[in-house]
Amino acid sequence: MTATTYREAVRTAHREALQRDSRVFLMGEDVGQYGGSYACTKGLLEEFGAERIRDTPLSEAGFVGAGIGAALAGMRPIVEIMTVNFSLLALDQIVNNAATIRHMSGGQFSIPLVIRMATGAGRQVAAQHSHSLECWYAHVPGIRVVAPATLADARGMLWTALEDPDPVVIFEHATLYSLEGELPDDARSVDIDRAAVLRPGHDVTLIAYSANVQKAMEAAQQLAAEKIDAEVIDLRSLRPLDDATIMASVRKTRRAVVVDEGWRSGSLAAEISARIMEQAFYDLDAPVGRVCSEEVPIPYPKHLEDAAVPQPEKIAAAVRALFGDHG
Amino acid sequence: MTDHGDKVRLDREHLLHLMREMMRIRRFEERCVELYSGTKIRGFLHLYIGEEANAVGVMQALNPKDAVITTYREHGHALARGIAARPLMAEMYGKIEGTSRGRGGSMHVFDKATRFYGGNAIVAGGLPLAVGIALADKMRGERNVTACFFGDGATAEGVFHESLNLAALWKLPVMFVCENNRYAMGTAIERAESQIDLVRHAESYAIRAEAVDGMDVVAVEIAARRAASLVRETGEPYFLENRTYRFRAHSMYDPELYRTKAEVEEWKKRDPIPFLEAWMHNTGTLHSDDLPRLEAAIAAEIDDAVAFAEAGHWEPVEDLCRDVMTPPDMRKKEAAA
Repeated sequence: MTATTYREAVRTAHREALQRDSRVFLMGEDVGQYGGSYACTKGLLEEFGAERIRDTPLSEAGFVGAGIGAALAGMRPIVEIMTVNFSLLALDQIVNNAATIRHMSGGQFSIPLVIRMATGAGRQVAAQHSHSLECWYAHVPGIRVVAPATLADARGMLWTALEDPDPVVIFEHATLYSLEGELPDDARSVDIDRAAVLRPGHDVTLIAYSANVQKAMEAAQQLAAEKIDAEVIDLRSLRPLDDATIMASVRKTRRAVVVDEGWRSGSLAAEISARIMEQAFYDLDAPVGRVCSEEVPIPYPKHLEDAAVPQPEKIAAAVRALFGDHG
Repeated sequence: MTDHGDKVRLDREHLLHLMREMMRIRRFEERCVELYSGTKIRGFLHLYIGEEANAVGVMQALNPKDAVITTYREHGHALARGIAARPLMAEMYGKIEGTSRGRGGSMHVFDKATRFYGGNAIVAGGLPLAVGIALADKMRGERNVTACFFGDGATAEGVFHESLNLAALWKLPVMFVCENNRYAMGTAIERAESQIDLVRHAESYAIRAEAVDGMDVVAVEIAARRAASLVRETGEPYFLENRTYRFRAHSMYDPELYRTKAEVEEWKKRDPIPFLEAWMHNTGTLHSDDLPRLEAAIAAEIDDAVAFAEAGHWEPVEDLCRDVMTPPDMRKKEAAA
């Protein structure tokens, strides 16, 4: 085992991919000389050269479209969009091209493209740098969406995504990059299909993804002191959703709270909640609870930002409400 | 695709080839209009009639390994690139035998065999894809050209400028072909562009550029061969502005309130097919039975394509969701490819 960080795991995953497959290359804003705006790609330019580590102009639609074109023509591009906020400038390329071309071409062309982007709030960077729009992408047939919440997934999901013949969008929560932990020295690729039960429990299922998995784990700790035994599920894949893992857990615990940094209206939490209603309604002892972001652009002051997004205390309170404590 | 050099052959055989290709596109689309009225073809149908010299002229400059990407007005590019009339017509019908199994229809013709990366129905949506295709070719050391067709309307989109900048900055072998037909749907270029000399857009990105008469197939071929040859030699982009005109409405829904009949009639005097006919006649390269012979062969080809489409099959509804993602049994194979 080696002590490392989420950021380092992302970087190692890139190095491995670039070493393993000559078709793999990376492009994005400041991925090269700057080393990545979150320092994830530091040193790669020196190691792999400017042909394979490409700094781009601030042209999100242009370089994401170029990634789609290169994938169409047989390469295995990794396109880094600095943050999900800027990905809106490339939304047309992702939704109208990456997600449709396999279908529109009758299966002739697939697009083995990986798009990575940072997401989420929590760093006091205000409304235009704090969006959590994973569910917009998860809405669209034709792309896969994954959200590594752990070091193992930060290390292992990239290669699996590159091997996938279809477009994969990887969301990395900006507050996770400094997450510390240990990885086995032989850590390798991981599946990108299944949700994971990170903490087994009997009384309630907490369903979360990305940085909110840690918050759900903290909430579970608090609840344990109150003799409520929470199971925590890390969704890992946001499209497709792993219904089987979710339903197996909910049927066992009979209660569920979905934690989602997206706004409540039209959220992934809404989708998951509806699926539980459709598939496990008669196993439930209480309505499905949701802890989402408040319906406000993320504000700058820390106390307001904290209040806008899910917190362990809010998650624990939502669980208590399912047990009749509406305190 | 009779010659891969940058010299244009102006012999009778080649001129007849150009004539035949333009006539095929014209007659194919005229039949499409009839089929649309007969409700065999539905949805949007954007006709290329009047602009045929552009696709035909440019395709002469391409090799089989070159790539093509185009717009929703792409029947002409498809035929001129060598996609057979049969699957093309079946695609218009929405049948399984179509180029895209019927999933795309008129606006989304794709063909892997000819590196035809589709009709893209978002204006300027194909430009960055062309940049990426050219980047892939360059990184693999393949000296192919990517021909990227788009209209004058695309030049108002941000991604047009992003794509030209990237292609120039990274020195990528893209031949941009702007088919300037003067209207972005119903908006005349003067009403949409502060700079209507589109060549200057390219020059501002340090891309070599020229304007060409898009109603003259030989002029287009000469310019395209020069352009393709430079792109191949230097690996750098080139920009052609083909000044042309569409004789028909934007689509079948367009009442054409934005231009006068007199304007359309004026442009029809420059119809590329009679233009070439007159030129061949004057140079003694057209024999009296050439056109009737071509007409008969083309009519037979289109009749055959219609019969093929009519006899084609509808995708079973049970297969509705196929080709959204790669099916599991193909995933490993494609990963290894």
